[in-house]
Amino acid sequence: MDFVAVIILEVLYAIASLALISAGLAVVFGMMRVINLAHGEFLMLGGYAAIVSVRAGLNIYVAMLVVAPLVVGIIGLIIERCVIQFLYGRMLDTMLATWGLSLLLTGVVTMIFGNTTTGISTPIGGFAIGSYQASGYNIFIMLAGIAVIAVIFTVLKTTRLGLIARGAMQSADMASGLGHNPKRIYMVTFTLGAALSGLAGGILAPLTGLTPTSGGLYVSKAFITVISGGAAVVTGTVSSSALFGTLTQLTMLLSTPVWGDVAMLFAAIVLLRLLPRGITGRFFRRQV
Amino acid sequence: MQLDRRTFLQTAAAASALSVSGIAGRAFAADGDIKLASIHDLSGLFDIYGKSMDQAVMLAIDEINAAGGLLGKKVEQVTYDTQSQIPMYTQFGQQAALKDKVSVVHGGILSASREAIRPTLGRFKTLYFYNTQYEGGVCDRNIFCTGVTPAQSVEALMPYAIGKFGKKIYTVAADYNYGQIISKWVAYYAKQNGGEVIQTDFFPLDVADFGATIAKIQSAKPDFVMSALVGGAHMSFYRQWAASGMKAKIPMASTTLGAGNEQVVLTAAEGDGILLAYNYSKELDTPANKAFLAKWEKKFGDTKPIHELAVATYQGVLLWAAGVKKAGSIDRMKVVDALETGISIDGPAGKVTVDPKTHHCTLDVHVIEVKNQKMNVVKSLSQVAPKDTQSVCDLKANPNDITQYEIKI
Repeated sequence: MDFVAVIILEVLYAIASLALISAGLAVVFGMMRVINLAHGEFLMLGGYAAIVSVRAGLNIYVAMLVVAPLVVGIIGLIIERCVIQFLYGRMLDTMLATWGLSLLLTGVVTMIFGNTTTGISTPIGGFAIGSYQASGYNIFIMLAGIAVIAVIFTVLKTTRLGLIARGAMQSADMASGLGHNPKRIYMVTFTLGAALSGLAGGILAPLTGLTPTSGGLYVSKAFITVISGGAAVVTGTVSSSALFGTLTQLTMLLSTPVWGDVAMLFAAIVLLRLLPRGITGRFFRRQV
Repeated sequence: MQLDRRTFLQTAAAASALSVSGIAGRAFAADGDIKLASIHDLSGLFDIYGKSMDQAVMLAIDEINAAGGLLGKKVEQVTYDTQSQIPMYTQFGQQAALKDKVSVVHGGILSASREAIRPTLGRFKTLYFYNTQYEGGVCDRNIFCTGVTPAQSVEALMPYAIGKFGKKIYTVAADYNYGQIISKWVAYYAKQNGGEVIQTDFFPLDVADFGATIAKIQSAKPDFVMSALVGGAHMSFYRQWAASGMKAKIPMASTTLGAGNEQVVLTAAEGDGILLAYNYSKELDTPANKAFLAKWEKKFGDTKPIHELAVATYQGVLLWAAGVKKAGSIDRMKVVDALETGISIDGPAGKVTVDPKTHHCTLDVHVIEVKNQKMNVVKSLSQVAPKDTQSVCDLKANPNDITQYEIKI
């Protein structure tokens, strides 16, 4: 019984962490159709931002929840102004540019911090469930995942800003005709997407050893989750995170992490064969 | 251009004079210096290992030269940066052997890099020292391996860990040749010491999420966990282990933590109590080690980057120098013969003796407990032989062998 509880916690944690690492990409790719291959590096930068500020004596929660998204958001803004804004609608060029960007960011971070593993420890200890131990920090990640999804949902669904953003994504010309500047909306959206990635990177930093190449760990999982989720940013991310998180975690438990990843990739292939437009291309179609 | 006889003679004379002086110049250079190549990854993914190894070469050569050099000549270091790219090993190996004509090459970190450079140096008859802990089994008269092999470290670690923690072992290892091979040795030495490996899990190098594994380990209830995890992503295991409060419940031993000073990445709370086994620890309380640390600090200012591989490199250069002295020559085969007399040196980590049949080293192995980011020695085994390689390799009987054996256990 205790074991089942531990497993359920692990599954929920896997879902939440998938949702967290995909949220920023879901906004940037799902809404703007910008294939950001530097997404993993945004997460990595968030991690470094958090670690550096903790080392500088900042409270760890401030570092993770405020500094990391702020820093990466600003970096995202600069990148959007310097690179991405010229490439909207040119998918292949964007891929190439962001791929180069990811190499550049990895290189810069390597120059500054060296090619070594850094990290901070988790601020929350473990707790016992019967005779088993579970990580308290995993609970925090679940709460953070829920909060992030809830905020994106609320902003998109209920605020005027969300409405304009969704409108501009659907038809830039129409939005422009109604007096909104699509370029500015894109800029803000990309910046927020980057900030979300930074937040996720910051929150996940205490769990892993961070290296300048850590971004590679996240980028494929994030893409698979977002593409399988389909057009609806929130519902898509949540549903595909739930599917893949449960599947990988249970497979890992029954066999090894290798099979966990295999199961995820296999499921993604089957899913996209059956539902080429992702989960929300077929189900929950009218959702955000 | 027309040549009459006189100009032709003049030109010829000048040319021959030039070539003579050219030859003389080169001969003079060879007289003046013995060249030693240091081929390490000084940038890129593995620079954390390579930089300190290159520094160790510098330090050893400084000392040799300060003591009057070898055979009355100075030793000159030629450094190559392989940038953590395997093909560069082949390239620089050729350059060192053919263009720079070095007497010996010290270098190589990953097994893949060693296997890239070993045939090159064999073909061009240049002596090679590989100063890294590795999976064992290389059998080649042209190479000397001065690092510990799995049998040496696991043989020391297992009895101590089983005695301290208990008999049931859960192994987690990196999924490539090192992890696969070492986990077999763990199972072998567990049995030898009355223990049992109840499960072994392998992880690709990019796995960073160990939640499910930690739950699995808990349900298997081992007496301790044996880790042969490698690299940055795998550091998450120790962190997540501590985060779920497992440290107080199930203790851990490792064959890999600390080789590149990983223990300083973990906090004291995450790392304390983990058992390791190496040839070297900075905490070794011997005059030789204290002198070594002082020399390093004087030359480089900071002893932080010193690790197992750097010390193995330092000892490798000293062994080579002892071989040259004994041979009285830098001729490759004479040096090999001299080293095969079972030569030994006293390094910072104690006595290191060349095992003539395998070209590996018999050396001290220390069981170490991580405490406050330091590697405290808790037990020392004197002069442990490389039994794994000895079981497959005999260069006395087969001097032309160049195989890397997979050791059947």
